[in-house]
Amino acid sequence: MIPGTLPGTLPATLPGMVCHVAGVGLLGPGLPDWESGAAALAGRAPWTAAPVVPPPPAMLAATERRRTSLAVRLALAAASEAVSRAGLPADAPDTVFASSNGDGAVVGAILEALHAPGGAISPTQFHNSVHNAAAGYWNIGAGSMCPSVSLGCHDDTVPLALLQAAAQVASERRPVLLCLYDAPLPPPLDALRHTTLPFACALVLAPEPTPGCLATLRVRHLTAGPPDEPALPAGLAALRAANPAARALPLLAALAGGGTGSGAGGGTATLRLGLADGGAVEVGLAPC
Amino acid sequence: MTEPETARPGPRPWRAPLRIAAITAVSAAGVGLAATRQALRERRGGLVPCDLPDMPAGIWIGRVAAVESVRLPAALRAFDCRNNRLAELGLATDGFDAAVARARARHGAGRIAVVLGTSTAGIAETEAAWRRRDAEGRLPADFDFAHTHDLHALSRYVRARLGLAGPALTLSTACTSGARAFLEARSLIEAGVADAAVVGGVDTLCRMTLHGFDALELLSRRPSRPCSADRDGISIGEAAGFALLERMESGEEAALRLLGAGASSDGHHMSAPHPEGLGAVLAMRAALGAAGLEPGAIDYVNLHGTGTRANDAMEDRAMSALFGGRVPCSSTKGWTGHTLGAAGALEAAVAAICIGDGLVPGCLGVAAVDPAFRSDVAVANRRLPVRRVLSNSFGFGGSNAALVIGGHDA
Repeated sequence: MIPGTLPGTLPATLPGMVCHVAGVGLLGPGLPDWESGAAALAGRAPWTAAPVVPPPPAMLAATERRRTSLAVRLALAAASEAVSRAGLPADAPDTVFASSNGDGAVVGAILEALHAPGGAISPTQFHNSVHNAAAGYWNIGAGSMCPSVSLGCHDDTVPLALLQAAAQVASERRPVLLCLYDAPLPPPLDALRHTTLPFACALVLAPEPTPGCLATLRVRHLTAGPPDEPALPAGLAALRAANPAARALPLLAALAGGGTGSGAGGGTATLRLGLADGGAVEVGLAPC
Repeated sequence: MTEPETARPGPRPWRAPLRIAAITAVSAAGVGLAATRQALRERRGGLVPCDLPDMPAGIWIGRVAAVESVRLPAALRAFDCRNNRLAELGLATDGFDAAVARARARHGAGRIAVVLGTSTAGIAETEAAWRRRDAEGRLPADFDFAHTHDLHALSRYVRARLGLAGPALTLSTACTSGARAFLEARSLIEAGVADAAVVGGVDTLCRMTLHGFDALELLSRRPSRPCSADRDGISIGEAAGFALLERMESGEEAALRLLGAGASSDGHHMSAPHPEGLGAVLAMRAALGAAGLEPGAIDYVNLHGTGTRANDAMEDRAMSALFGGRVPCSSTKGWTGHTLGAAGALEAAVAAICIGDGLVPGCLGVAAVDPAFRSDVAVANRRLPVRRVLSNSFGFGGSNAALVIGGHDA
């Protein structure tokens, strides 16, 4: 059997799980949203580093909003933009949230408190330390009761989350919101996990083509083979290296049209995102 | 109680169940299925007063002392930490690693995925390294963050240890992690990414978790007594639970099967469950729908049953809304403690024991069930045919998951 296919459930002609990109959200340095970010990613406009100011999530009530950290705000901003561009209500899709570091600022503060004389952990900090905190706030804000999973796969977080989201779309035949985000860690953890800039992006993946669909993806796992990721425009390569979630940038550049300048995607490309312990996740893009 | 309103269509029955080709668990109730079975039969719990240093005073824990003498294979020594030692202990128990080796010969290493859950992985190593910070506050150079603290250290260790080459994923949805792993693996198998998957959860005692739950005033100062009128909180435990799931076709026979699984979100609060249990009902309905079963087909429900006032009351409401008090239920956390991200996988192994033995293990240490409860809560062991078990897991962030596990005649 061809890896990634199962006769009877997927077209046997093409290897890999098929899904369609119905909407994108983006927030990172010099990438304030998908529309202007896509121009820089496609090389139609220069990329200029600029500080990231994630908005306090409007979807949350004031009491919850106050408690949100940078990591949560990043995730919710990208996720909100993606569902909005996909024309979906926020409570409609199942969700896959993925982050290498989770909320490192909260975890760092708890570790510090545990070692301070007479230090006590704040209860709010503790429940915000769970890896699914961003997903929890999303579901509260969206009023969503849909299934939601949170992944943490170190350097492989982006390719594996994409694989899992595509598998959910293929098996459940429902739209999935995939949100990838990471925020810098505080000292001394920052010395052990290189994350110097904040970054988040989100994709709404649909089982069928949608109006305004950006691309059709075919996703599969390969047990061997070298990685193959297209080069990024100047500056963005450094951003890719500065944040685990920014490993999504080559895919986003391909969605933005790469060097073809079409703006709304439309190109054909194949990326192989390498995995730390061997193999890769292959993503094929084709016009919707 | 009113049914939750949702635009989400009803769950579709699965095309076929998954074979549970092997299952094992290690907890304070025992190392492996035989020891766990004996503890359940003899109603001998594993909770002990906490004697670990720098932990909240007066609490009880479910500690797996055997983990302390476990050594990892030399080639994988970089992964050494309490959490991966507990994983190793689990893999070496009940012939689990040998069963995976046989599956590897059948399917090929690249066709077996690893999907594991944990809430804190090896963060106890970071806690220890924190004490050894230098004058500038830097962590020691010998502290290996990626192979211990990082969530993915667990799945990377297990994949390497079992010689697998399929995708390895780590998920972390707080206390549903161990159950949720079964559902995510099913997606990979159904979508054709893998033919089989090693699933489960591993979590170990650490200061962050125990002090965190203490800050929320959720820890009992006695052994945890889920569903009891006088319940007053959680006892935290540690555990590793693993299962080997394999694709099967309709009509195929198997001694143990995952018949269905489902999940939902509360969308209500970060640490308090929805008071009416709407999310819990949705997750149970989704699992039953995936299994193509009505509530009446379930013989026993293994509750999430943490022993807190709020969780157990919420779960009873959800249970009685769905089952009308007609299905025996209990929590086994009085034996093991709440093992957090491992609980769903540990309790899948408990379900396997209940099916094999025709056993409903009554809640441990409960003199009187909460008089407000309407479910049929067992507080003594019952002997009856158990063909299908529904197992609940709920967690912070409003995460809910349920599994339906069946025997050969389910």
